[in-house]
Amino acid sequence: MKVLVPVKRVIDYNVKVRVKPDQTGVDLANVKMSMNPFDEIGTEEAVRLKEKGVATEVVVVSIGPAQAQETLRTALAMGADRGILIQTDADLEPLAVAKLLKAVIAEEQPGVVVMGKQAIDGDNNAVGQMLAALLDWPQATFASKIEISGQTASVTREVDGGLQTLSVALPAVITADLRLNEPRYASLPNIMKAKKKPIDIKSTGDYGVDVANRLTVVKVTEPPKRQGGAKVADVAELVSKLKNEAGVI
Amino acid sequence: MSGFWLSDEQEAIREGVARVCADFDDEYWRETDETGRFPEAFVAAMAEGGWLGVAMPESVGGAGLGLTEASIVMQTVAESGAGFSGASAIHLNIFGPMPIVKFGTEAQKSVSLPRIISGEDKMCFAVTEPNSGLDTSSLETRAVRTNEGYRINGRKIWTTSAQRANKILIIARTTPKEEARKPTDGLSLFFADFDRSRIDAKPIPKMGRKAVECNTLFIDDLLVPHDALIGEEGQGFKYLLQGLNPERVLFAVESVGLGRAALRKAAQYAKERVVFGRPIGQNQGIQHPLAKAWAELEAANLLAFKAAALHDAGRDCGAEANAAKYLGAEAGFNACEASVLAHGGMGYAKEYDVERYFREAMIARIAPVSREMILNFIAERVLGLPKSY
Ligand SMILES: Cc1cc2nc3c(=O)[nH]c(=O)nc-3n(C[C@H](O)[C@H](O)[C@H](O)COP(=O)(O)OP(=O)(O)OC[C@H]3O[C@@H](n4cnc5c(N)ncnc54)[C@H](O)[C@@H]3O)c2cc1C
Ligand SMILES: Cc1cc2nc3c(=O)[nH]c(=O)nc-3n(C[C@H](O)[C@H](O)[C@H](O)COP(=O)(O)OP(=O)(O)OC[C@H]3O[C@@H](n4cnc5c(N)ncnc54)[C@H](O)[C@@H]3O)c2cc1C
Repeated sequence: MKVLVPVKRVIDYNVKVRVKPDQTGVDLANVKMSMNPFDEIGTEEAVRLKEKGVATEVVVVSIGPAQAQETLRTALAMGADRGILIQTDADLEPLAVAKLLKAVIAEEQPGVVVMGKQAIDGDNNAVGQMLAALLDWPQATFASKIEISGQTASVTREVDGGLQTLSVALPAVITADLRLNEPRYASLPNIMKAKKKPIDIKSTGDYGVDVANRLTVVKVTEPPKRQGGAKVADVAELVSKLKNEAGVI
Repeated sequence: MSGFWLSDEQEAIREGVARVCADFDDEYWRETDETGRFPEAFVAAMAEGGWLGVAMPESVGGAGLGLTEASIVMQTVAESGAGFSGASAIHLNIFGPMPIVKFGTEAQKSVSLPRIISGEDKMCFAVTEPNSGLDTSSLETRAVRTNEGYRINGRKIWTTSAQRANKILIIARTTPKEEARKPTDGLSLFFADFDRSRIDAKPIPKMGRKAVECNTLFIDDLLVPHDALIGEEGQGFKYLLQGLNPERVLFAVESVGLGRAALRKAAQYAKERVVFGRPIGQNQGIQHPLAKAWAELEAANLLAFKAAALHDAGRDCGAEANAAKYLGAEAGFNACEASVLAHGGMGYAKEYDVERYFREAMIARIAPVSREMILNFIAERVLGLPKSY
């Protein structure tokens, strides 16, 4: 079985994000970029499936600028077999990404798609769900455990108030939550091997789908600065502050 | 870094190493320094990730990368807060075997290198002697050729990791100095088993880096087979020289890494510590020494990576490697000193780690070659002044 893992190049999770002065977006110039952490988890899961003998090939796909090749290399160094880059400098919306992935899936015919539940830049949490809908495949989102036997996957999901276990027929789309696994570090020999693994470079035009954006960004602003806390002397002062200053009681 | 910044692949290497190092926190290194226990778990993790083979040929299981990449690996280790306690624990695996790579026979390479890369074999490198010091051609350890092999007698000092090593790379005289054509002829290099029935290794209590020991070796009739000889008999000094420039570059970048670790701590502390009603880091008296240390570290680092790039391109890098080791060691030391001072009394407390860095920073100023000998070399070879030593 082939596993397909979409991976996105995003602003590194350690970077303190700054809004551009003209409020059109966030500043990406000279900012460290890395693989979306949830996609790392997805890649790790796919590689583990291969190591367990469940999967035979792990294909990673990225949609993004030329530098997203490096993101693919990172996934290849973790153990994926080959990469596909759909090169574009446009910042595509989730629906366009899902349509492109659907087209890739039509060519690749994977048995399962394992992907991050969301990308930490836009935090849309949409592509996995849209992709499943477009394909008319079952979906199991926020997975914290995946077990595949034969043509079904048993997926444990993290939901409010506990865990839910779903059984889905394959092929299906599964999106990874934080606790699914702990991604491995790329070892030096695997970084070297990754250099020799193939990456196919495509363009969005190759797939004949409409990738036009449908949303307009009006304005991007920083979240309001958090106010420092204050100590109160007693319950009476607390109640008075909640009533008169915070206006919550 | 053959340009002014890391390539994506080099960045991946830096990140890979940084992730391994992240599992070994300040507490871990503080404890190795206090107990003197060798950081086995750290070395095992680095070996497991294949990092020890960064500069070893692919044919023996290494990555076949250059001094530049080896420098990135070692700097990342030191910079993580592991300092020389971490860097010196693997330093010898990275470039120690270079004479074998360059001058060893196929058999020597295929037998010894994979075991060094995997960390199964632990080597030490015995050059310095009590009676000759930096004047290597005057070393007194003798190796006499017999039918069974070479019989080695003599003393070495400062040999790092001799307690832990099961292999020794050793330089000894095979032709007495007065019979050799030149003083630097007649020295030979051997890679042999560390035979504890013949070598008595006594640890030297020392200032820092307690977890990675240094020793005095008393070598009494150590018999090594003929095939322990690396390259040709009598050419050992030449082989040694080949490895010196890379080693200097590594010391330079390790020292810069250590200095960066210290600065990181100092800047953090200076932001948080409030006296006289404001963070101490708001005073230029604290800011300027730290800012100056940063500038010095980055300048030294550029020269070190230039030397590495020259080396990797097969060009001469003697002057640059030496100057980088000098500048890197001084910049690392200055950064550590400024960081201790910025911490006030806490700079002297083990809990804040900078006192450990400060003690370790002295190593790169002394070893593997002193500041004075570097300046002697530059004066003579670059400036054309008469040889002074
Ligand atoms: C932590 C540590 C680890 C080490 N590990 C190893 C190891 O694994 N293997 C190994 O072989 N060695 C090792 N060494 C030894 C190190 O390489 C030597 O200490 C160094 O080369 C200096 O030699 P020396 O100590 O004999 O100093 P000396 O040669 O005695 O020199 C003493 C001082 O005199 C100065 N000096 C000497 N000659 C001149 C001159 N002509 N002009 C101006 N100044 C001069 C020197 O610069 C120095 O300041 C280690 C040392 C340390 C501190
Ligand atoms: C070994 C040792 C023994 C000691 N013994 C004693 C003892 O017996 N009794 C005792 O009471 N204390 C003792 N001390 C404490 C010592 O006196 C203090 O460490 C010292 O006064 C500095 O105070 P601090 O550590 O709080 O540093 P801080 O006041 O936190 O200062 C930290 C750094 O900020 C700098 N700084 C602060 N304000 C400014 C400013 N406005 N402008 C520029 N720079 C500034 C300082 O110069 C220093 O470099 C000892 C300390 C040590 C290391």
